[in-house]
Amino acid sequence: MGSQSPVSTDRYEELYEEHILPHFEDPYHKGLLPVATCQHSARNPLCGDQVTLQLLIDDQGRVAQAHFDGNGCAISQAGASILCEQIEGKTVEEIENFTAEQMLGLIGVPLTATRQRCGLLSFKILKTLLYSRDGQDAPPAT
Amino acid sequence: MSTMSGKPSTGTPPAWDMAAIRADFPIFEQVHPRTGRPVVYLDSGASAQKPRQVIDAVSQCYAEYYANAYRGVYYFGDRVDAALERSRESVRALIGAADASEVVFTSGTTMSVNLVARSWGAKFLRPGDEILLNVLEHHANLVPWQIIAGETGARLIYVPLTDDGRLDPERVAQSLTPRTRIMAVTAMSNVLGTIPPLAEIIPLCRQNGTLVFVDGAQLVPHAPIDVQALDADFLAFSGHKLFGPSGVGVLYGKRSLLEAMDPFLGGGHMIDEVFTDRSTWAEIPAKFEAGTLPIAPIVGLGAAVDYVRGLGWENIHRHERELLAATHRALSQIPGLTILGPEQSHKGAIVSFTIDGLHPHDLADWLDRRGVAVRAGHHCTMPLHDHLGIHASTRGSFAFYNTLAEVDALAEALRYALKKHHLG
Repeated sequence: MGSQSPVSTDRYEELYEEHILPHFEDPYHKGLLPVATCQHSARNPLCGDQVTLQLLIDDQGRVAQAHFDGNGCAISQAGASILCEQIEGKTVEEIENFTAEQMLGLIGVPLTATRQRCGLLSFKILKTLLYSRDGQDAPPAT
Repeated sequence: MSTMSGKPSTGTPPAWDMAAIRADFPIFEQVHPRTGRPVVYLDSGASAQKPRQVIDAVSQCYAEYYANAYRGVYYFGDRVDAALERSRESVRALIGAADASEVVFTSGTTMSVNLVARSWGAKFLRPGDEILLNVLEHHANLVPWQIIAGETGARLIYVPLTDDGRLDPERVAQSLTPRTRIMAVTAMSNVLGTIPPLAEIIPLCRQNGTLVFVDGAQLVPHAPIDVQALDADFLAFSGHKLFGPSGVGVLYGKRSLLEAMDPFLGGGHMIDEVFTDRSTWAEIPAKFEAGTLPIAPIVGLGAAVDYVRGLGWENIHRHERELLAATHRALSQIPGLTILGPEQSHKGAIVSFTIDGLHPHDLADWLDRRGVAVRAGHHCTMPLHDHLGIHASTRGSFAFYNTLAEVDALAEALRYALKKHHLG
């Protein structure tokens, strides 16, 4: 898990303003697709964050679209938005190599171990999706 | 050294010296390691800080006379036994029990609830019997009853709360039936701060032949509870919320009930005689104290009880009412903030709230950046949060060592958090 070097409060505020708030206030692809290749939901029992992640994967095994929906803290919801933006256009193989460390890097602000569970919620869902997919597609979203 | 070292209060309450009280708590001597600001600890409802008197009592036990309890026929063993019985007597006096043998040491409130649910419930509950609950209860006072209900075929009945989160005796009366065997009820909500009127509720249960299990985890650090005056059948609380060590708690039970119950855990110390195929049980409280007790924590709990009583309940009450009023005043000025629960006259020094557009975990993070420690989440009360129609809340919970300046620090930190989320 990402080792977090301490940053000053000023720097933290800057990072939050740059990385978190834009995604929280104006999220990327928030709202579910009528049809998706696969989808999965999970919640973080600690704060009740809830995220559903949907992938539309094309014939080349590439993520054509990634959407999410959910509610919860800014870290969990911005994290989902950041993740969707990041994985679109990537192949499943590329996404399989995507690490928690990289995800924490994209979130940008240093997170305590407790808050990492919020920040990595959508990442965890993504990994569950990939490993449970096994070639068979989930039923379309309702 | 401070003047607050614990002597039980006698007659006129001792003087209230805030500086001396603060000085008793070493954790407040430091500046906040992450922020360089003063430490503002508003999470005593989760676990309280420890005065030097408690820390010293625990160290002294380990450094000077440690041994196992009730086993050693030697000097150290005698001293440990004496120290444990001193703590038991301090707890007896604290809760007004008739006899120290009605005070059982457990690992905490959770174990105390499980002990009664198991040792009383498994033996005496029948299919169709009813256990009366309400959604103010902490998971620790819900889940053990759910488990034992599942095993015995008893039913869980919930008294509906009032809209402002109070437990109305009239609604309790309406919920009691001839099948209501036990009511498990908090003496103070860990979220809303609601203090149910137990002095009205318990007689209703008594008239109905219903036992009352009181979860005192939150109230015991703030106010005296007299189990005999209240006529409570059981009372549970934790050492760590009462400024004592973690790992120790108390179960009070009326003698006749404790004697009728089967043991909870089997093992050393709880037996009278052991044969290869069966055993007989020790007298109470030993019957419920299997295995090696948390020795030093019990010593620490005794010191904590003496310390708190030494401050004087009237003083504590007066100071905490001031803190509560100041907090309500300050928070009602914050835009978008809603305080959960009843009016101040129905609650203790806990203030839980929501802020429009700001999730409790984000908020708690920002407050931490200002050195202010609060709790955020569901506070082990998911049914209560469902009832309130929210996922989570933010909670400031106070103790006698908190100051009015810390209330100001909370308000300042809240405004800071709002600004960081473009809300203020």
